Amino acid sequence: MVDATHFDGAHGPKPTRAFSRRNIFLYGTLIVVAFYYLIPLYVMVVTSLKGMPEIRMGNIFAPPVEITFEPWVKAWSEACTGLNCDGLSRGFWNSVRITVPSVLVSILIASVNGYALANWRFKGADVFFTILIFGAFIPYQVMLYPMVILLREMGIYGTLTGLVVVHTIFGMPILTLLFRNYFTSLPEELFKAARVDGAGFWGIYFQIMLPMSLPIFVVAMILQVTGIWNDFLFGVVYTKPDIYPMTVQLNNIVNSVQGVKEYNVNMAATILTGLVPLTIYFVSGRLFVRGIAAGAVKG
Amino acid sequence: MATGATKPFGLFRNMSAKIAAIPMIFAAMVVFFGGTIWTVVYSFTDSKLLPRTNWVGFEQYERLWGTNRWLISIENLMIYGVCSLFFSLVIGFLLAALLDQKIRFENTFRTIFLYPFALSFIVTGLIWQWLLNPEFGIQSIIRDLGWTSFAFDPLYNQDIVIYGVLVAGLWQGTGLIMVLMLAGLRGIDQDIWKASRVDGIPSWKTYLFIVIPMMRPVFITTLVIIASGIVKVFDLVVAQTSGGPGIASEVPAKFVYDTMFLRQNLGQGFAASTMMLLAVLIVIIPWAYLEFGGKKRG
Repeated sequence: MVDATHFDGAHGPKPTRAFSRRNIFLYGTLIVVAFYYLIPLYVMVVTSLKGMPEIRMGNIFAPPVEITFEPWVKAWSEACTGLNCDGLSRGFWNSVRITVPSVLVSILIASVNGYALANWRFKGADVFFTILIFGAFIPYQVMLYPMVILLREMGIYGTLTGLVVVHTIFGMPILTLLFRNYFTSLPEELFKAARVDGAGFWGIYFQIMLPMSLPIFVVAMILQVTGIWNDFLFGVVYTKPDIYPMTVQLNNIVNSVQGVKEYNVNMAATILTGLVPLTIYFVSGRLFVRGIAAGAVKG
Repeated sequence: MATGATKPFGLFRNMSAKIAAIPMIFAAMVVFFGGTIWTVVYSFTDSKLLPRTNWVGFEQYERLWGTNRWLISIENLMIYGVCSLFFSLVIGFLLAALLDQKIRFENTFRTIFLYPFALSFIVTGLIWQWLLNPEFGIQSIIRDLGWTSFAFDPLYNQDIVIYGVLVAGLWQGTGLIMVLMLAGLRGIDQDIWKASRVDGIPSWKTYLFIVIPMMRPVFITTLVIIASGIVKVFDLVVAQTSGGPGIASEVPAKFVYDTMFLRQNLGQGFAASTMMLLAVLIVIIPWAYLEFGGKKRG
């Protein structure tokens, strides 16, 4: 078992002996586990760089003998879903068109909500907020059809606008919570001083709260971009085939029953779809962690 | 906590706050509350292609619980749920405890353990569909190594297909649990560790009898997060197995989607989603009571 004598909390000086039994056990375990997490990514990349004959002959872990980028080109611009053979690029641009407005609108609305809840509490606000938070836990399946009716009544069912509305509504619980908690943690004197100076609801929001809260806006942005990019359920329910987001199109390409399975193209397509959230994850680092932990732990 | 803005400023001053909160009120009352009630109410009708108010009592529920597909879905959700809860908590906590040992490259390890969480369930499902492919994947590799009778083909075997989904789900989700647990561990007072060291208590005992009981709130919150995620499992199954082989890996969320949007049997779908809601409420209400009820008393 792990030797307790070296443990004095996470931020202290490092233990001096490099090759103690404890360290070998510790790093050994971590490295083995790290391999488990990394192998799928490795296999994906390797598979996507092989030709089909090589895949049929060899094993999935072997590095490619002959590197080819053809599967990537094919996945991006030629792979078929149904009658469309213009590749994943269509889904990619659809996802961009869905994600950008959804992220902006949902963050704008949720931040104002959070601000109202933190600084301008009105009667009944807590009730609405509680229902909203409960809404985060209710399975989406329960609200799928009522939402269809709502969108149909508004005349935006099956359109991009409709999907933006859906993402705004279903992203609201977690984002509102995030912003409310953040605005609550800001010093109250600031708000009071601004009130004394005669600033109103929107004045305080735009001139004081917004500039002071850029980090939390970035966190919300990360949360939303990955969440919306990765969404499948809303995309498949509330849009039509020609504006399907990338995840839906990817699933249709890979799981289509027609034709010969081209595993290399499938893997290239899978990586392409995962590339956006992965890039955000690796670039944003700690902020990503903060984003997911903020909603989760504080909840 | 919140500022006492309510009283000093009158009803009119607060108007803009109320106007600003309209989207939230709309989402809470119309979509979340109204939508849920609507679905529950219409689960007592015989709606088919379109919703209609032809009341049939509990008929939809009786049919639902007599449907093999639904029973398999529930069974799968149980297996997936129990295993996923257990393994996520254990693996998540162990990884967090390992990372909390003042190791070098902590950030690197954390980044590696968490990156699958950034990927969608569709991507996760497709990766593991490929890894578990019996002709080319893990099974064939191990057979090539000389162990020719080795069999691990969950995606082609009805009896174990749900475990294939589980492996993928754990790969994607354990990183998140690790991060939550790590945050919990970092919140533990360092003096606890000093005290237990002075007393010569081995660290595994300190974890088991002192740290874990202290982290109870973190465990409970994590439990709720995992549980509500489990009920929502949908895209992972769609991508990895499409519910197959046959209907062996169906889950309730997929049952609801298929019934409502592919088989145009709305009433059945509403009844099934109401059952899902019920399952979630059974988890959420005691938790909310503990979490928020306790605070108000305190």
